[in-house]
Amino acid sequence: MESTIVKSVDYNAYFGDNHVVKNVNIEIPKNHVIAVMGPSGCGKTTFLRGINRMHELIPNAKATGKILLNNEDVMQMHPIFVRLKIGMVFQRPNPFPNLSIYDNVIAGYKLNGIKLPKDKKDQIVEESLTKVALWKEVKDSLTKKGSFLSGGQQQRLCIARAVAMAPEVLLFDEPTSALDPISTSTVEELFHELKKNYTLIIVTHNMQQAARVSDRTAFFYVGELVEYDDTKKMFTNPKDIRTQNYITGRFS
Amino acid sequence: MNQLETELQLLKSEVINMWTLVSSQLTKAKASMINFDKDLAREVVLKERRVNGSELKIDRDCENIFALLTPVAVDLRFVLAVLKINSNLERIGDIAEGIAKYILSLETPFKPELLEATYINKMYDESIGILQDTLAAFENEDTLLARKVFKKDEYLDEINIKANELIEGYIKTNPEDINQALYTLSIIRKLERVGDQSKNISEEIIFYLEAKVLKHKHSH
Repeated sequence: MESTIVKSVDYNAYFGDNHVVKNVNIEIPKNHVIAVMGPSGCGKTTFLRGINRMHELIPNAKATGKILLNNEDVMQMHPIFVRLKIGMVFQRPNPFPNLSIYDNVIAGYKLNGIKLPKDKKDQIVEESLTKVALWKEVKDSLTKKGSFLSGGQQQRLCIARAVAMAPEVLLFDEPTSALDPISTSTVEELFHELKKNYTLIIVTHNMQQAARVSDRTAFFYVGELVEYDDTKKMFTNPKDIRTQNYITGRFS
Repeated sequence: MNQLETELQLLKSEVINMWTLVSSQLTKAKASMINFDKDLAREVVLKERRVNGSELKIDRDCENIFALLTPVAVDLRFVLAVLKINSNLERIGDIAEGIAKYILSLETPFKPELLEATYINKMYDESIGILQDTLAAFENEDTLLARKVFKKDEYLDEINIKANELIEGYIKTNPEDINQALYTLSIIRKLERVGDQSKNISEEIIFYLEAKVLKHKHSH
C-alpha cells in the first residue's frame, strides 16, 4: 500500500487580499513523481512554495489550512528543518557562482552552520553528484567554480545540492524551462532515478514533460485543484472538461 | 481554432470522403450485380486504387499528427480511432472490389429467382445502410446511432447463417446454376464481413467519444 508523505488539508494561500490557492486537499504518495500543471497565475507555484514554507517569506503573504509531512504539520516545525526535509530546485540553475563545485554541493551544511569532517564531506559530495549523474563528468574538476558548468550540468549541481541535505521530498519549479532539449532529457531521466529515494513534486508548463515523467498529475485552475489523478488517466481520459480543454489546448 | 484542431478537422473531412467513396463502391458493386453491368464493375475495380490512396494518405496524416502535434485525451482517442476506422474502411473497399471481380468473371447474369431465394438484395441494403449509419454516427458524434449498428449486424449474421441451407436447397432444385449459386454464397459471406467491419467502426466511434472499450465484449 502506498504511504502518503505530503498531504494538504484545506490549504489556502494569499498575497494580501489576493486569494491565490483555494482550499486545496491533496495526498502525495511516497516515492512518486507528481506533476503540477495549469495556466500562468493558477497558483501552482504558490502551492509548491507553501509545501516547504517558502510562501511565508514573501511580504504580505499568508496561508491557512495545513501541510502535513509524514502526518506532522509543517507550520509546527522549524522552517529550516522543513526546508532540509523538503528541498527545492528552481527554474534557472542557481549554483553559488563564487563557490567550487565541491562547496556548492555541501553549501546547505555550511549555511546552516553544520560542521562535518573532511571524509564525511567527501562522501556526501561523491554520493550526491553520483545520484544526479554528474560525478563522472566533474570528479576531476571539483575545485572549479560551479558557474563553469553547462546549464544542464548546473541544474544537476543544484539538484545535488538539494539531495546532499538528505531530504525526503524535492520540489521543482519549472526545472527544465531554461535548458536545451538534451539537458532537459538528462534531467527527466534523472527524475526516474531520484524517485527511488525521494518524492518529487514538479511544477511544469510543459505538458509533454508532465506526461513523460510523472506518475500522477495535478491540474490547477484559478487557484483550485481541479483534478488530480494518474497521469495516464489524465492524458487519455480526464474527468473534468477544464482539464481536457487545457491539455488539448482549447483553453480560452 | 489552434493548429491541432485544424488538422483534426481536415483529417475528419478526409475520413468522411473515404467513407463516401467506399459506400459508393459498395452501392455500385450491388448495381453491377443486379444489372450485370460489367462496365460498372470495371469502374469499381479501377476506383479501388483511390480507396487505397486515401488509406495511405490518412495513415500518413495520423502519423504526422502524432509526431508533430502530440494529441492527448479526446484528440488522442480520435486519431487512434481514425487509424482503425481507416483500415476497416479499406477492407470494405476490398470487399466491393472482390464482388466487382466476381461480376467480371461471370458469363451470364444472376437469375432473379436465385437472388430472391437468398435474400441477397436485402443483405446488400442492410450492409450499405449499416455503413451509412456508422458514417452519420461519426459525422454527428452520435454514439446512440453507433450502438444501433450492433443490432443491425446481428441481422446480417442471421442471413449469413441461413445462407448455406438456402444455397444448398437452390442447388438441389437448380443444379445447372451451381456456379452462380456458389458466387452468390461468396458475396453473402463478403457482405457479412461488411457488417463486422461496420461493427468494429462503431466500437471505435464509441471509444473516441466515450473512452469506453467495447472490443471483445459479447454484449454491447
